[in-house]
Amino acid sequence: MMQRYSGFSLIRHAISRHRGWRRAWRSPELAESYDVLVIGAGGHGLATAYHLARDHGLNSVAVLERGWLGGGNVARNTVTVRSNYLRDESIPFFVRSVAMFEGLTRDLNFNLMHSKRTMIDVVQTYPKLRELRRRQLFMDLHGASYERIGVKELRRRIPALTGGGPESRLPIIAGMVHTDAAVNRHDAVAWAYARAADSRGVEIHENTPVTRLLRSPDGSISGVETARGEVRARKVAVAVSGHTTTLTETAGLKLPLRTINLTAFVSEPVKPLLDVVVNCPDIGVYLSQSDKGELVIGGAPDPGQSFRRDIRQSVFEDTTAALLELFPAFRTLKLLRQWGGHVDIAHDGSPIISTTDVPGLYVTAGWWGGYKAIPAGGMTFAHLVARNEPHPLIAPFGLARFRRLGFVVETGTTTAR
Amino acid sequence: MHLIRCPHCGHRDESEFVYGGPFSGARPDDPGAIQDEAWSNYLTVPDNPVGPVVECWWHANGCGAWVTIARDTATHDIREARDDRG
Repeated sequence: MMQRYSGFSLIRHAISRHRGWRRAWRSPELAESYDVLVIGAGGHGLATAYHLARDHGLNSVAVLERGWLGGGNVARNTVTVRSNYLRDESIPFFVRSVAMFEGLTRDLNFNLMHSKRTMIDVVQTYPKLRELRRRQLFMDLHGASYERIGVKELRRRIPALTGGGPESRLPIIAGMVHTDAAVNRHDAVAWAYARAADSRGVEIHENTPVTRLLRSPDGSISGVETARGEVRARKVAVAVSGHTTTLTETAGLKLPLRTINLTAFVSEPVKPLLDVVVNCPDIGVYLSQSDKGELVIGGAPDPGQSFRRDIRQSVFEDTTAALLELFPAFRTLKLLRQWGGHVDIAHDGSPIISTTDVPGLYVTAGWWGGYKAIPAGGMTFAHLVARNEPHPLIAPFGLARFRRLGFVVETGTTTAR
Repeated sequence: MHLIRCPHCGHRDESEFVYGGPFSGARPDDPGAIQDEAWSNYLTVPDNPVGPVVECWWHANGCGAWVTIARDTATHDIREARDDRG
């Protein structure tokens, strides 16, 4: 049974000097076989395992993680939860995911510090304004908020935005407001799903890198080879972000994915000065302020494929220059940390949640900005793995679309180049 | 600073270059004559190794040449740079 967290339990455990807290998840022995193996204890992997157990009654599920739980891209993103996409296929999925995030603290009994923030796009060119206007028309059809505001209102809502005036290189011409957007605590999301999955019988095995996928003579998946020995399963669900193809190619499966390094950095903590997520698509920078007061800043991805997780000097300089163009006062801020994460992006910029040519092998990949998609991604991927047929929300995101050149083009609605 | 070797200009700063996507080899002479699967793979499935890839880069703020570059995705080392137009 999961130990419930509440204000009352906090007081009760304080009285007993915090000696009564139980571990949030177990560390069981690795068995020889399971019904389902999920590779990757990140946001998507843990959410998938949770939904496999909760919605589909599977009680023999193991999550295999090469490093530590929640140490991959779920710890490396900029925690922006939003649903301003372009296509009829995408918007309902992300609307659902944003809505699921809003109830997740209660569902998982774990304080995710979910904070509805509103995201404002700062528009500096007319082509971008037209593009966002087009996105607004599609979003209107699916109940996602997107509304244009003028420059005066934009500056009222973001007082720190003092650059981009009439004399500047790219004067600000409008703002687009997405009130559904939110930020929350990334570690808490990973830990909450891990704890909830564990309480329903899911085993989580850290420090268990999968080195190879194993196939039986009939071609179907039979398990995986790990650094701790072979583990058998008839179903293997890959949720590893950037290294998807590294794994699937061990089973002879190539996928329409490229891996790219995406970087971010944070400033020293300062007093609250920014209560919205600011995105500046024309110059390639976005930022928000965390509850701790740090400014969380992201820019364009590295040019070209990369499996590194460092920050390129040129990307860092471009992002900082763009930031200071609009927020000149930030030049006095010290930067504390910088990091990268490798994400894979599909040919059309949309995610892949799919069965594969290898029976029993399932992939969830192509998550450019996959943090926002964790709740709905986990729910729908679990549905696919358990029932072998796609949940209606992700039916357009199968690999079959590439065969018939039926792309769901979302290129350009993320920071992807 | 990351230097990219242009076959015409020598080592130049990467800010002079624009990334032009993976080099996908020779285009099939007659797409209509090959299987749909081979065609869609040619269009959408790039090599994605932890290791060497071949890419197209445009020396936009230099000599203007399109350069084919063999680069390592784990180390970012550039092993070869050539101008395929000869």
